[in-house]
Amino acid sequence: MQPHIQVKNLNVHYGRTHVLKDINLEILPQQITVIMGPSGCGKTTLLKTLNRFIELVDGTRVTGQILLDGQDIYSNDVDVTEVRKRIGLLAQRPQPLPMSIAANVAYGMQIHRMKSNRQEVRKSVQHYLEVAGLWEEVSHRLNDPATSLSTGQQQRLCLARGLAIEPEIILGDEPTSALDPISSQHIEKRLLTLKDTYTTIIVTHTLRQAKRLADQVIFMYLGEVIEAGPADAVFNHPKVERTQQYLAGLF
Amino acid sequence: MAAPALFSKPEQGRPQDGRPYKLSISLRNRLNNIAARVFWLITLIPVGLVIAITVALAVRSAPILQSHSLVELFTGTVWKPFGGQFGFLPFIAGTFWVTTIGVILAVPPCLLTAFYLSEYARPITRNIMKPLLDVLAAIPSVVYGVWGMLVIVPFVQKTFMPWMSSHFGFIPLFASNQPTGFSVISGGVILAVMIIPFIIAIIYEILKTVPQDLREASLGLGATRWETITLVIFPKILPGIIAAIVLGASRALGETMAVLMVVGNVPQIPTSIFDAAYPLPALIANNYGEMMSIPLFDAALLLAAFILLLIILTFNVIATLVLQRILGRRGK
Repeated sequence: MQPHIQVKNLNVHYGRTHVLKDINLEILPQQITVIMGPSGCGKTTLLKTLNRFIELVDGTRVTGQILLDGQDIYSNDVDVTEVRKRIGLLAQRPQPLPMSIAANVAYGMQIHRMKSNRQEVRKSVQHYLEVAGLWEEVSHRLNDPATSLSTGQQQRLCLARGLAIEPEIILGDEPTSALDPISSQHIEKRLLTLKDTYTTIIVTHTLRQAKRLADQVIFMYLGEVIEAGPADAVFNHPKVERTQQYLAGLF
Repeated sequence: MAAPALFSKPEQGRPQDGRPYKLSISLRNRLNNIAARVFWLITLIPVGLVIAITVALAVRSAPILQSHSLVELFTGTVWKPFGGQFGFLPFIAGTFWVTTIGVILAVPPCLLTAFYLSEYARPITRNIMKPLLDVLAAIPSVVYGVWGMLVIVPFVQKTFMPWMSSHFGFIPLFASNQPTGFSVISGGVILAVMIIPFIIAIIYEILKTVPQDLREASLGLGATRWETITLVIFPKILPGIIAAIVLGASRALGETMAVLMVVGNVPQIPTSIFDAAYPLPALIANNYGEMMSIPLFDAALLLAAFILLLIILTFNVIATLVLQRILGRRGK
């Protein structure tokens, strides 16, 4: 299988701190790859390099390559907005834009001029709210402000909003950590149904979630990838001692 | 050696001078209470001052209100103290003309600068530019006045006014009815320069209350910085921007020195930006203390001050309430 994303010799420095060290990875299409590890191991930083959010932080330096279908997303002739259109991000906390529920979903489509008329926009809004499993709850109040939704609903709204720009890849930065158990379940269920269409990369610090979702696992520790591979192999037959210790709950 | 007593009694004095080593608890509490009361009293002074000034102005301007009706005072256009005619309309109009021009000129650069500093600038640029803007706010108003007389007034007279009247002279707003550069546009330019750093500082503070996550939500969908600013951040902070502008306007309304030096001080209702005007603060500053033998002159000037105070207080209170609600949200 051709990898969808290849990370080659990636190094990231924040000022003088070396946060990611010589990362080499291959992310397979139509699978859920889970990045796990203790807090501070660099998993969120790794995720942020994938949609170039890393450059929003002052004083960071990125070296190495991240190839999306063979093209380096950090090369000068690549437009950052195009990268972020192809690689969507579901953030830790849902952050609805200060507009209506419908406008939130339509926002990306309008920016990228993806639809030619309002009819199509309205149809897509409904479609993606259905995909995110939110349509039934909000169909009667699409023009209410998005902030009037519960946190769990907001996160599904953010999912719908992200899917509406038709990305190829979904990044999730601990997307359920701010949610109650039932809302978390909703999101996890959605991610599992969506994985046939999208390449999904999820950062999590809960081992159980990793086990529920992962096809591929990347275990990180102190800025390095310790072990990566198919979920079954990493969870059941970890090769590296650190991974064994982590899975046994030693740190 | 014994451990130092935590609650030593007063009689365990310092041997050298015999005074108590430590104050008793009751004395410490009493000191604390006294301090709290003194601070409270001192804090009341500014509040008391505002009330006292308002009351004093109302009382001292009462005589003119007894002999002239409010309608006469506020709609009258003739200012002839010797003849007992006190029409305030030209001064109120002059105040709002100059302030309006100042605010209109100030708002666009304020928005662009505040958004640039907050959204685009690198930290190093921000750290240099922000203090420089604050210095601009610290320049004394009389210095702005001198600069206005030396630069702005001649520029208006020799360059701007002739050009505008030859191209747009048919519009009454740009007609040149008098030959000097002492005009509401000169006053407005000075005011704009004076309130710009002030408004920028407030808008910048409001922009800092916008959560970084909200920017990332928009950028993460592939929006550019510009789209994020216009579609997400600007609508979000619009009430705050309006409040900042109102607060800037209330500063401009009361600004005296710099304006009276360039505005011409002619008691008339301006119809063109090149007309001279006579704003309320200039009226008071130029005349109070002189010709006080004219009957009711004193009361008339204090009424002018009273009107000015009421206008500015209203502006300030509204803007402050809005801003408090917005800035209070920070961190939540």
